[in-house]
Amino acid sequence: MSSPTRVLHYAFCCVMMVFLVGPILAVVPISFSSSGFLSYPIPGLSLQWYEKVLAASGPWLPALRNSLIVGTGAMALATLLGTLAALGLARNDLPGRSFLLGLLIAPMVVPVVISGVAMYFLFARIGLTASYLGLILAHAALGAPFVVITVTATLRNFDTTLVRAAYSLGASPVHAFFTVTLPLILPGVLSGGLFAFIFSFDEVVVALFIGGPEQRTLPRQMFDGIRDTIDPSILAMSTLLVGVTVAFMVLLARLGRGTGSKPGSNA
Amino acid sequence: MATTTETIDRPGALAPPSLSSRAKARMVSALLIAPLVLFLTLVFVLPLGGMLMHAVENGEVGEALPGVAAEMQGWSGEGLPPESAYAALARDLKAAYGEPRLGEASRRLNYERSGYRALLSKTARSVRGIDRPQAGWAAELTAIDARWGEPATWAALRRASPSLTPYYLLTALDLRMDDNGSIARAPAEERIYIDTLARTLWIGFITTLLCLVLGFPLAHALVSLPRGFASVLMVCVLLPFWTSLLVRTSAWIVVLQKEGVLNGLLTRLGIVDAPLDLVFNRFGLYVAMVHILLPFMILPILSVMKGISPSYMRASASLGAHPAVGFLKVYLPMTLPGVGAGCLMTFIIGVGYYITPSLVGGARDQMTSYFIAYYANTTINWGLSSALGAILLACIMLLYATVGRLIGVGRIAGIQ
Repeated sequence: MSSPTRVLHYAFCCVMMVFLVGPILAVVPISFSSSGFLSYPIPGLSLQWYEKVLAASGPWLPALRNSLIVGTGAMALATLLGTLAALGLARNDLPGRSFLLGLLIAPMVVPVVISGVAMYFLFARIGLTASYLGLILAHAALGAPFVVITVTATLRNFDTTLVRAAYSLGASPVHAFFTVTLPLILPGVLSGGLFAFIFSFDEVVVALFIGGPEQRTLPRQMFDGIRDTIDPSILAMSTLLVGVTVAFMVLLARLGRGTGSKPGSNA
Repeated sequence: MATTTETIDRPGALAPPSLSSRAKARMVSALLIAPLVLFLTLVFVLPLGGMLMHAVENGEVGEALPGVAAEMQGWSGEGLPPESAYAALARDLKAAYGEPRLGEASRRLNYERSGYRALLSKTARSVRGIDRPQAGWAAELTAIDARWGEPATWAALRRASPSLTPYYLLTALDLRMDDNGSIARAPAEERIYIDTLARTLWIGFITTLLCLVLGFPLAHALVSLPRGFASVLMVCVLLPFWTSLLVRTSAWIVVLQKEGVLNGLLTRLGIVDAPLDLVFNRFGLYVAMVHILLPFMILPILSVMKGISPSYMRASASLGAHPAVGFLKVYLPMTLPGVGAGCLMTFIIGVGYYITPSLVGGARDQMTSYFIAYYANTTINWGLSSALGAILLACIMLLYATVGRLIGVGRIAGIQ
């Protein structure tokens, strides 16, 4: 590239960096403001909004608890079923493989508002609305494709001769799976599980339809808060969540997979 | 994993597995996939199928008023129905009086013709006291309410009687069946869904275009600029990607609103005199949507660009091509599968958006999803909600199938 183009390219990238992270970082200082105004300059510092968010009597802690319950349940189910399916797909001996793959990732391409409403209609008939189980099942179904994709990508680089070696040394298929295959694909399985958890932790549309007042999750609590009037306590919660995101990115980088398909997108 | 149990008996065997062991291996694969396929069938495919059924299902009138519904099937639809239909209606109304199914039928009939709900409840109340009408049921019912003497009342009942109906799908397309049974456009003031669908697709298209224009150079920067700069850039792409959607949406509201961060900055710097309207309108919606969807464009393009060896560009330069020509004729075509996957994901996710438009868009920026949720939740009209969902889903599946055929399902999912 010639140097003017290069300078332009750099300049463009810098503007885009401000666009991408600017808004997220701009709200962090306001969450420490001593006033309720959502603008600069900040008159003084205080932790009052954090106290409000973390108050035991407030709505936020029960919402966090619900999100953790639903997220953990959905993650466990999606990881188990998704990993098994990815192992089956990777064996490459099933007819109609691309049809199967299409079916398994379909929950990712159907808009969540459509799947959410459809599940609501069915779950309402069988009494699964306003229940933890209903919400966990729905989130597991929508999160499973992320596990399938992540584990499939890991298995692509997996050396099958290792398993053959285990067999030739007399290991049974089950024994070989737990001592050879699983330890090697574990990072992929864990990232897949994290994706499924984050999907559920950030999901609001299905939670609006299927969750009852007892299952009010954190995103739902935020959604209602934003729709009424935003006060700095929303921003305090946002700041805490951005902290969680950063921790999560570090964890994911440790697991050796920095990019990939992202859940929690279809809103 | 590809090895079969047979090789345990013949350690180190290199011969291809026999047919029966291959069948056994295939069985194992099927058993591994089966739990997820079964789970998704029950929790995902079945509800979607049910939703498509809701879009055409029409049991309400047949359940509450079975006698007259059957009479309607045998009637030509011209003029007024025979006396037997009036008698059946009176019988049905007496039997269903006070039961919830009559309420459901009234609501359904009210979609066809407004005022039907009141008409039915008035008639049901009145016929209870009549055992044997002297002049026949036709005269009796018309005396209760003159509307029973109007062909349009009966035409509506006839349209609503079959167990399947095109009513909801037609309504979702701003069409309706008139009293003669032919399909016509809805009155101008009631035509909203086609406009909404067009707006949905348009917003999806513009968002995708903006994401492509901004995302392609960013993806290229990530593979071509020095490592240090590129990794900072990558963090800037991934941080919002992993940040909660509601966090990003609320951040944009705080930054863009009238008393917000950006307007404060602009007025203080003297660039504008009065605060600008930057959010709760189409502009704010595009800003928030592009911010949220940009990574879905960048990441597939990036994964393709990473696989393109720089020697192609060197070869084109050594053959005398100008860098711009080499870029257009050599590099760009090789990135197209990534561009296709990125555009598809961005568009599909964009047209399905519900949360972001409802929070940062104005009243005139609501998309089809808004009406799907509205009819499912606020006014309980599952049929129309399902029909709108079915039409949006059909648009998306058509696109998914086309692009999937062009570039492969695996690439859309990012595993190829």
